[in-house]
Amino acid sequence: MGNENKLINGWLMLHIALCLIFIFAPIAGSFVFSLNSDRFPSLPLGEFSLDWYRAIWNDPLVWSGFGNTVIVGLIVAVIATILGFGGAYTDYRYNFFGKSFYLALALLPPTIPVVIMGLAMLAFLSRIQLSGSTISVVIAHGVMCSPFAMAIIRLRLSQMDPDLEAAAWNLGGNEWATLRHVIIPFTRPAIFAALFITMAVSFDEFAVAWFVSGLNETLPVKILGFLQGQVSPRINAIGSLAFLSSMTLIVLAQLLLRNPNEGSK
Amino acid sequence: MMKRPSLFSLVLAMPLLVWQLAFFLFPLLFLIAISFWTVKMFQMQPDLSFANWQRILTRGVFWDAYLRTMILATSAAVLTSAIAFPASYAISFKLSERAKRWMIFVLIIPFFTSYLVRVYSWQVFLTDAGIINAALGHIGLGPYPMLNNTFGTLVGMVTLCLPLVILLQTFSLNFVNRDLIEAAHNLRCGRLRTVASVVVPSAKVGLVIAALFAFILSFGDFVSPLYLGGGNPPTLSIMITDITKSGQQWPRAAVVAIMMIATLMTVAFAAITYAYKERGK
Repeated sequence: MGNENKLINGWLMLHIALCLIFIFAPIAGSFVFSLNSDRFPSLPLGEFSLDWYRAIWNDPLVWSGFGNTVIVGLIVAVIATILGFGGAYTDYRYNFFGKSFYLALALLPPTIPVVIMGLAMLAFLSRIQLSGSTISVVIAHGVMCSPFAMAIIRLRLSQMDPDLEAAAWNLGGNEWATLRHVIIPFTRPAIFAALFITMAVSFDEFAVAWFVSGLNETLPVKILGFLQGQVSPRINAIGSLAFLSSMTLIVLAQLLLRNPNEGSK
Repeated sequence: MMKRPSLFSLVLAMPLLVWQLAFFLFPLLFLIAISFWTVKMFQMQPDLSFANWQRILTRGVFWDAYLRTMILATSAAVLTSAIAFPASYAISFKLSERAKRWMIFVLIIPFFTSYLVRVYSWQVFLTDAGIINAALGHIGLGPYPMLNNTFGTLVGMVTLCLPLVILLQTFSLNFVNRDLIEAAHNLRCGRLRTVASVVVPSAKVGLVIAALFAFILSFGDFVSPLYLGGGNPPTLSIMITDITKSGQQWPRAAVVAIMMIATLMTVAFAAITYAYKERGK
């Protein structure tokens, strides 16, 4: 019995390892290929080279795409976090007629396929003369990112002692003062986590941005362009850098969420 | 008794509501509207014409794509669930709390990598002269065609869905009552039978929802079918991008999009009904 158990456990652990290999092979592969001199990497691998990084460094299109990505990401993070904070607090604090409709509207966007979101946004925004601008990407990403911000902040609010707010009111604080001196300090780590995570989501979103961005392409849309055109390992170099910056944001967010005492007075 | 909402509550609740109404719900409703519009001289004209619906729904090409997309998404959902389950089971039942937390963190990482870059990377792995075929060649096998076919598409879709499905399955398995399993063992219920008749039914809701998410993601994905599957013949999402990017026939693309949403809603409703059926009996 004990032996059999070990065997089964061994197989299960092997299965986990295989799943992780499958999931991380393309990510690790892209790192390796980005540092490889071959245009079509195969076995045996070519020699170490930084050519692809040099190529993107010298490519003005990559820089303008990068600029758009960062601008959009920063604005989207702020907007999505403000919207998400309001939604999370509303869900935490109030019960009202039509609340399930409110929550559905707030949380459903990630379940709509991106091609459909893209088409709907394009048709709508071009009707109001906004498509093809950076603002259109901000609008679309605001819709897609605010559910994430809301979920993160809502989770933090559910850890708050409900008496805390009541105590603040009893001490004479009105709702605004309570929000400022109790709620926001308590949720501060989650607010920062939401800023970082929505920024990371916006950094990687390509489909809707592709539909609506016109000439003001963000970097992921550029990658889509590279994919459609000639095969170019520059994608790997851009992807590796984008991965590192996203991971930095995620690790920052994780660190903030791990220290629940940070930020509260 | 309804109180008048305070200014404070409105300031917090309204921005999100207004934003999502204006930029989420309204564009989707607008999509329904333009499916009845006509295109004249490369301009969309408001209209109440069923021509677009008739044109799309009477085409064999559309229904072929519809069937193909359904089969691909269903296969991806089943395949991903089957691959994920042993891993989720092991994470939930065999790992220590600490290891579990680490696994969850590791499985979240892929969400923040570019799906496009991963797909491009798979191309390098899967081509006839690529890494996998070169490795197989060393032991005298292959080359096997793995790109621009259904296999390639499914590799991409599983890549997209696997981390999410493992996470959702793990969360639902974490809620399975450990005493039930103990009881089954005490009653001399074998290992596999315990999994099949105790663990799976207890975690049914989560398992079905995980498969549903895999279906939704694969159904709408245009990257894998295009860059790993070859794009020809097209899936529904490729059809939408093609129609949209090649001109002003947005009303027709809208018809395809509405058919997709209707399908997803039907499937989601069926799956959730099935998931909650017979609970507590």
